[in-house]
Amino acid sequence: MSWGQRSVISVPYLWLTLFFLVPFVIVFKISFSEMAYAIPPYTELLSWADQQLTVNLNIGNYFYLFTDDLYVRAYLSSIRIAAIATVICLIVAYPIAYTIARARPATRNALLMLVILPSWTSFLIRIYAWVGILKNNGLINNLLMWLGIIDQPIAMLNTEFAVYIGIVYAYLPFMVLPLYTNLMKLDKSLLEAAADLGAAPWKVFMTITLPLSKAGMIAGSMLVFIPAVGEFVIPDMLGGAETLMIGKVLWQEFFNNRDWPVASAVAIVMLLLLLLPITLFHRYQARELES
Amino acid sequence: MLKKSQKLTMSLTSLALATGLLAGSAQAEEVLHIYNWSDYIAEDTIANFEAETGIKVVYDVFDSNDVLEAKLLAGNSGYDLVVPSSSFLGRQIMAGVFQPLDKSKLTNYNHLDSELMGRLTSVDPNNAHAIPYMWGTTGMGYNPDMVAAVLGDDAPVDSWDMLFKEENISKLAACGVNLLDASDEILPVVLNYLQLDPNSNNIADYKGPVKDLMGAIRPHITKFHSSNYINDLANGDICFAVGWSGDILMAGDRAADADNGVSVEYVIPKEGAPLWFDMLAIPADAANVENAHKFLDYILRPEVIAAVTDYVWYANPNATASGLIDEEILAHPGIYPSEEAKANLFTFEILPPKVTRAMNRVWTDIRSAN
Repeated sequence: MSWGQRSVISVPYLWLTLFFLVPFVIVFKISFSEMAYAIPPYTELLSWADQQLTVNLNIGNYFYLFTDDLYVRAYLSSIRIAAIATVICLIVAYPIAYTIARARPATRNALLMLVILPSWTSFLIRIYAWVGILKNNGLINNLLMWLGIIDQPIAMLNTEFAVYIGIVYAYLPFMVLPLYTNLMKLDKSLLEAAADLGAAPWKVFMTITLPLSKAGMIAGSMLVFIPAVGEFVIPDMLGGAETLMIGKVLWQEFFNNRDWPVASAVAIVMLLLLLLPITLFHRYQARELES
Repeated sequence: MLKKSQKLTMSLTSLALATGLLAGSAQAEEVLHIYNWSDYIAEDTIANFEAETGIKVVYDVFDSNDVLEAKLLAGNSGYDLVVPSSSFLGRQIMAGVFQPLDKSKLTNYNHLDSELMGRLTSVDPNNAHAIPYMWGTTGMGYNPDMVAAVLGDDAPVDSWDMLFKEENISKLAACGVNLLDASDEILPVVLNYLQLDPNSNNIADYKGPVKDLMGAIRPHITKFHSSNYINDLANGDICFAVGWSGDILMAGDRAADADNGVSVEYVIPKEGAPLWFDMLAIPADAANVENAHKFLDYILRPEVIAAVTDYVWYANPNATASGLIDEEILAHPGIYPSEEAKANLFTFEILPPKVTRAMNRVWTDIRSAN
C-alpha cells in the first residue's frame, strides 16, 4: 500500500477513534465507578494510598439495571417504537424513492433536492414546528374545528402518535436516499425481459424490483432504526409523559439522579443491544459482496 | 547592585508586563457569562448593565436545577455567574463548586434584608458564597373563566383540593392541566397535603401514600413541563397549572398584553406551599470573577432589582427596594404573602441520594402512569 493510500484510509479510522472509541472508553470507565458528590460526580477507579495501587471496579451499576424493571421496559419500548417507525418510514419512503429513480434526469435532481432541502433547517426547529402543528390550539385542530368536522380538539401532541410523526418525518431522508441509490442501479433489461415474457407490472415489481432492492431497504432501515432507538429530543418534545424511551431514562439518571455511573451503564447496555442488528447487517452486506 | 539573575527576572517581568498590556489592548472586550432561569430578568437589565460598564454579557437560560447542577459538577461550565435554588446551593458549596464572594466589591450589600440573610446561613454559612436573587413560592395557577365553566363558581380555588380531589381534577383535565416536571417540587407538595413531613426521609412515604394519591389523579394531568406552561396559560391552552409564582403571574401579564381574553390567577393554597430562594453564585473556575462581582453589585442596587421584580413578578430580598416596586405587586398576596400565609410555607431540605433516587423513580412511575 502506498503512503497516499494509507493516509486516505487513516482518516476514517482517526475519526472513529476520536469520536467513537475515546468517548466509549470514557463512558465505559465511568460505568464502573460510584456516584459521589464532587467535581466530577463519580469516584476514581484507581486510587494510590500507602504505596498501594487499588483498583475499585463497581459492577453493581449493571446489576442494578436488572433489579428494577424500568430499564428493561424502557429498552423494549424504545425498540418497539423505533421498529414501528422504521416500518412506517419504509412504507412511505419506498414509493418516493421509486418515483424519483424512475423520473426523467432533470426532474430527478429537483425531487432529490426536495427530499434533502428540509435538512437545511435546524433539526430542533423542525421538531418544534410540529408542536405548533399538532397542539390543541394548533394548525390541524384549528382547521378541523373551523371546517366543523370536530368541536373538541383532538389530543395529538404529547402522545405516542406524535412521536411516530416526529421520527418518520425527521428520518425519512435517511430511508429515501439509500433506497433511491439502490433502485437506480437496478438493471432495466431485467424488467423489460419480464414484461416481454408476459408478467403483469405488479408481478414484475414483486418478483424482481422488490427482492433486488433488499440491500437498500436494509441499509435505510439501519439508518433509521439505530438512531431512533436512542432518540431523546423527539419523545421529549412531542411525546407524552407515558412515552417511555431509553433516551429519557438516560437523561433522568444523568440529570435528576445525578448518577453518572448508572447513566453510563444504561448507555453501554444500549450500545450492546444495538450491536446485534449492526452485526447482522454487516454479515448480510459481506454476503452480498461475495456473491 | 543587582545580581545577574535578579536583573534577568526584572527584565522578564517588564517583558511580561508589556505583553500583558499589549494583550489587554488587543482583547478590548470584557465579557461576562451568565446562566439564569428562563424568563427571569427584566427586558433591559442586561442592556443597561452593558451600556454602563462596557462589559458584554453572554446570557443563557435553563429551566431546571438538575440541568444547572449537571453542568456545575462536570466542571468548566464556562459560566461566571449562575442561579441555583437555595436547596441545591448548600450541597454544591460542599462539593466545592463555588468560590467565596469578595464582599468588599459589593458596595450595595447593605440593602439586603438582614432577617432573610440570617435564614440563608443554614445553607451558606456566613453568607460567604451567594446572595439571594429572588424568592417565591410553588402554588396553583388557573384561568378563572375556564375553571368556573367546568367546576362552577364555587370551585375550591384556594385549596390543593383542586388538584388532589379526583372530582375536581377530572373536570379540569378537559381544559388542560400542567404540573412542573420536578419531583423535588411536586412530591413535597403531595406529602404536605397528606399531612406528612414535606422533606420526608422515609422512602415508604413516597412509594406508598404519595404514589397512590398521584396515581389516582395521573389520568387527568395533560403535561409535565417546567417552562412551557407560562405560554400555555397565557394562550388559554391549559386552564390549571402547578408552577412557580412569578411564572404564573407573568402568564397573566402576557395574556393581558396580548388582550386575548385570557386571564390567569395565582394562589398559594391554604394548606401550605413550598417557599424557595434563588441564589446568585460564582463558580470556582469562573474566568471573569471581577465582572461577576460588578454584575452582583449592579443587581444589588434597589432600583435595578425593583425593575426586575416589576417585570418577573417575583419578590426580591432587597429591603430598600420595597418602596420602588409597583404597588400592585407589593400588595399581591401571591407575591408578598401575608404573615398568616407565610406561616404555612415550608422550605426544601437536602435529602440523601438514596431518597432522591427513590423520589425520581416514583416520579417516573407517576409520569408514565405505571
